[in-house]
Amino acid sequence: MNRNGRLREALTAYALLAPSLVVFGVFFFYALYRLVILGMNQQNRTGTAQRWVGFDQFTEVLGGEEFRSGLWISIQYVLWTVPAGLILGVLLAVAAHRQLKGIRFFQTVFASTVATSVAVASVIFFVLLNPVVGYFGEVPFINLADPDSAIRGVAVSSVWQNLGLTFIIVLAGLQAIPDELLEAATVDGYGPIRRFFKVTLPLLSPTMLFLVVVLTVFALQAFAQVDILTQGGPAGSTETLVFKIFRLGQEPVNVGRGAVMAIGLFFVTLVVALGQFTLLNRRVHYGDR
Amino acid sequence: MATAESVDTVTTVQTASTLDLGAAPHMARPGQRARNLRKAGAYLILAALSLIILFPIWMTLVRALSAPLPYISAGQPVYPIQIEWDIFSRAFSRGDMGRHLMISAVMTLIIAGAQLATSILAAYAFAFLRFPLKNVIFAAFIATLMLPIEVTLIPNTETIRSLGWLNSFQGLTVPFLATAIGTFLIRQGFMGVHKDLRDAARLDGFGNLAFLWRVAIPVTKPVIASFAVISFLAAWNQYLWPRTITTENSMATVQIILRPLAAAAINEINIGTAAALIAALPILILLIIFQRQLVRGLTAGAVKG
Repeated sequence: MNRNGRLREALTAYALLAPSLVVFGVFFFYALYRLVILGMNQQNRTGTAQRWVGFDQFTEVLGGEEFRSGLWISIQYVLWTVPAGLILGVLLAVAAHRQLKGIRFFQTVFASTVATSVAVASVIFFVLLNPVVGYFGEVPFINLADPDSAIRGVAVSSVWQNLGLTFIIVLAGLQAIPDELLEAATVDGYGPIRRFFKVTLPLLSPTMLFLVVVLTVFALQAFAQVDILTQGGPAGSTETLVFKIFRLGQEPVNVGRGAVMAIGLFFVTLVVALGQFTLLNRRVHYGDR
Repeated sequence: MATAESVDTVTTVQTASTLDLGAAPHMARPGQRARNLRKAGAYLILAALSLIILFPIWMTLVRALSAPLPYISAGQPVYPIQIEWDIFSRAFSRGDMGRHLMISAVMTLIIAGAQLATSILAAYAFAFLRFPLKNVIFAAFIATLMLPIEVTLIPNTETIRSLGWLNSFQGLTVPFLATAIGTFLIRQGFMGVHKDLRDAARLDGFGNLAFLWRVAIPVTKPVIASFAVISFLAAWNQYLWPRTITTENSMATVQIILRPLAAAAINEINIGTAAALIAALPILILLIIFQRQLVRGLTAGAVKG
């Protein structure tokens, strides 16, 4: 190709990329720059003036009690949502992966929570778990009025809402396993339970790894559930990192602290996702392909 | 107590289904009776598991239909008390749901439409064109995936405020007009376009635009459709961003208006629950229509092969 043609090709490419790059430039890269700058400044009460404090604010906020408690609440949220959601999702998928009259009906029911937004699901559980008038309002382990258990109540709403997605993905994973493999295991005298743990589960491990990472990221980013169910309470016991970032961002004097916390959230998410990936990836069976 | 009862159901469900883990289709079993028994057991397990999904939805419906105070004094049964059939129309007007559904619909169509357009264009450049700094720009696209809206919330709110876009469609949509996920998905689809097709198109004198419009897009239609559904769903369901930048209820999306409605007084709790059901309905209908695209989109990347 001649020089002119190559130049034209490059210009075409840049023109095609320009719309995306403008959006990314302003709302990702400039945002990242502003995030760091805001984090290095302390705002006054009305947000009209600021004072440069540099990295002092980073060490102060990231080493402080508020960040630590938010992180711990977010981690609890991960621990209460991810394993439970995964186990229930696998249970639903295994139960619905068979040839049976009317199985499509059950598959549709199991998948149906993908149609609920996080806000809709949260309102459903807001009413169900309401300490005063909720049907499950007085169940001790998930009591929203009790600081020791409120986070689990919020987690129930997440688990339920994500079941549809988990079910769809695990079912697709199960359907990708060739029937002959399971039949061969049966011929070899494997019972259903041993067959599940020795054949099905290893073949499902890439799917499971994907889900663990996705559900963890979802949990670390959860906001609407907290906003609708508890507003962070009681006594701040459900103030996850994201909720704290949102709240600090609303208060002009705390914008800088919120920015530092957002940077903290960024690194936490990165470390957790990468950590899970490398740790679990070693135990994942990708097959021979 | 009613709660103990349902906790019981859950435990039975779990013990019952562990016995049956890994059951696969086409398993030959001796004896018609044993087979029938297994079938009945399977239906029982499926029905019990369905309760986990359906019970919360059913109770929301019961709560929406029942007159709030009589329902509570009746001890919150699992069936409606003093049904108020007009609750949905009342919730609709009380919550100004028409307006908020419309705001959500317009916002979603702008975002999904723009994401489709910007992603297709960028994907085309990455898949078919050679240009300097390609790897750097590609890396920049990847980097955006690491910055979710939760992280950039504070500076982006600042940007939107300084542009005077709080409580506006610009504020709701502009940060989401492009997406790296869409670009990568569609690029993957484009890379699957056979080389023979490209050569043939070139011989026929197709320029980039003609090739994109008449060959690349038609061939990758399934991928593009899946992404469109995912993009639509994600935009419609957004919460944190609209919650932050719609400081007045007048520009709230339907998701955002649910919280104040649900948190109203106890004798109006049926309004909030009815509103939540109204908000869920349009997306439920769309998902039933576009089930196949949704499943393909959600499982992309999750399952190998």
